[in-house]
Amino acid sequence: MNMEILGNNDTRSGFGAGLSFLGESNPNVVALCADLTGSLKMNDFQNKYPDRFFQVGIAEANMMGIAAGLTIGGKIPFTGTFANFSTSRVYDQVRQSIAYSGKNVKICASHAGLTLGEDGATHQVLEDIGMMKMLPGMTVINPCDYNQTKAATIAIADHVGPVYLRFGRPKVPIFIPENQKFEIGKGLLLNEGSDVTIFATGHLVWEAVEAVKSLAAQGISAELINIHTIKPLDDECILSSVAKTKCVVTAEEHQIAGGMGESIAQLLASNSPTPMEFVAVNDKFGESGKPADLMKKYGLHSSNIIEATHRVLKRK
Amino acid sequence: MADIQQLEKICTQVRRDIVRMVHAQSSGHPGGSLGCTEFFVALYFDIMKHNKNFQMDGSGEDLFFLSNGHISPVWYSVLARSGYFPVSELATFRTIDSRLQGHPTTHEGLPGIRVASGSLGQGMSIAIGAAETKKLNNDKCIVYSLHGDGELQEGQIWEAAMFASAHKVDNIISTIDYNGRQIDGDVDDVIPLGNIEDKWKAFGWETLSCDGNNQEEIIQALNNAKKMTGNGKPIMIIMKTEMGFGVDFMMGSHKWHGVAPNDEQLADALSQNPETIGDY
Repeated sequence: MNMEILGNNDTRSGFGAGLSFLGESNPNVVALCADLTGSLKMNDFQNKYPDRFFQVGIAEANMMGIAAGLTIGGKIPFTGTFANFSTSRVYDQVRQSIAYSGKNVKICASHAGLTLGEDGATHQVLEDIGMMKMLPGMTVINPCDYNQTKAATIAIADHVGPVYLRFGRPKVPIFIPENQKFEIGKGLLLNEGSDVTIFATGHLVWEAVEAVKSLAAQGISAELINIHTIKPLDDECILSSVAKTKCVVTAEEHQIAGGMGESIAQLLASNSPTPMEFVAVNDKFGESGKPADLMKKYGLHSSNIIEATHRVLKRK
Repeated sequence: MADIQQLEKICTQVRRDIVRMVHAQSSGHPGGSLGCTEFFVALYFDIMKHNKNFQMDGSGEDLFFLSNGHISPVWYSVLARSGYFPVSELATFRTIDSRLQGHPTTHEGLPGIRVASGSLGQGMSIAIGAAETKKLNNDKCIVYSLHGDGELQEGQIWEAAMFASAHKVDNIISTIDYNGRQIDGDVDDVIPLGNIEDKWKAFGWETLSCDGNNQEEIIQALNNAKKMTGNGKPIMIIMKTEMGFGVDFMMGSHKWHGVAPNDEQLADALSQNPETIGDY
């Protein structure tokens, strides 16, 4: 496959850029942050639109409630903090005040997963997709690079209903075209293939791109689909690809339990039982370390996707 | 000027509604509901500018948020008696397919409810958010909220308290239902609150106190609070109430927090609160 690297940047900066765009284009967009404005790249919005920015301090539960309240009267609140503090710390607030109450809040979560790095497992949430996808009515999105994160940030402002937008800390390759429209709930075909389908989300999409290139050199034709929206899942896209390739590898920076792979497995079990391999964290907490070292240690590297492909091909 | 006699008549009817609703399903929270009846009647029949033709948006109206959602019977009764939905619907409280869920929710589309509550400690944050939107929209109306005293044991309340003073949210009037009781017993025996008024002052709020079971006093306190809005500080009314007020055998302890009366007890409660504006 021929995937050009357009640059290198962190997905959180894509969020910051998208939020600034919305500041200009949509006067109803407001933003809240729990003492992580720099980490979330929300400074530009804060500086340009101070009346529409709320510093809530280290009080995430309160932030979720205020965001829910801000919707009453037409505002579109974007909350910003780390993924762990956007989900597990405030699960009941998100459940009752936002999801059950059907509030139009955009929960924007940075530093998700192992690639948060040196701060260690207290901050490396690997269960957030599962928690959020279980909430009725919640849309769950995990974009893969700077451009896709920026486009997703802009797109969710026009979607009425609660959204969980998950992104990360490290600088990673940019390979999605800058002007590509973000379609919530649509799988994105990155490479056509016939032997296996690799479904990848978030930071693992680039690892999957690398894996697809190596597999091609080995004579294996892999279809690569970027599932940026884990809920609602693009059933049609997944089922039609699997009908062709008859085996699946999923790749994500999350626990196997509750992740994108689990959602796809559920879809396939109900419609078209298919051999599957999961590249994800297997029931473990993370630890301190360099992001790249952690991804290798916990089996989230392109080499793990290649190995998983060989395993699943034998099960066809 | 409020017609106190008329409001008291409504209170008596609301108390009948509360005990009948809870008795019908042998389920619900009569104690706190009875204790806050004068407050709800004051808000909906005198104090608030509100529209019974419900709009979630709430622009140009005063808004109310019930944080201690378990006292839903009093709110449902007052909403119905204010014209938000037919009073006959009170008979569906806590039954399957009803809009009158055990705890208030937007989920079934009951007019008058703007957020779900029940899991405690969350309503003040919501009220603050709605108050901030009113400021952004240049909407001069006021946001009211009610909280239990036991609920003050929830940490989120104090996160919200800090935010409101720091951000000068001066278009909010919150109220504490200070009845001194919670499920497990007296608040003083569970986790004492200390000097509740000093706590709110220390968090930068203006405070008022009143007898919440005296219709004239609660109206006076709410009117005084309204005059204090717009001065850079959030406002808290410490409203002293009696759990179970208006039904003698439900007063004086915590045991009627979440227990329904039996047939005999219902008859006793109703005899103490004769029908005034018509049973549902």
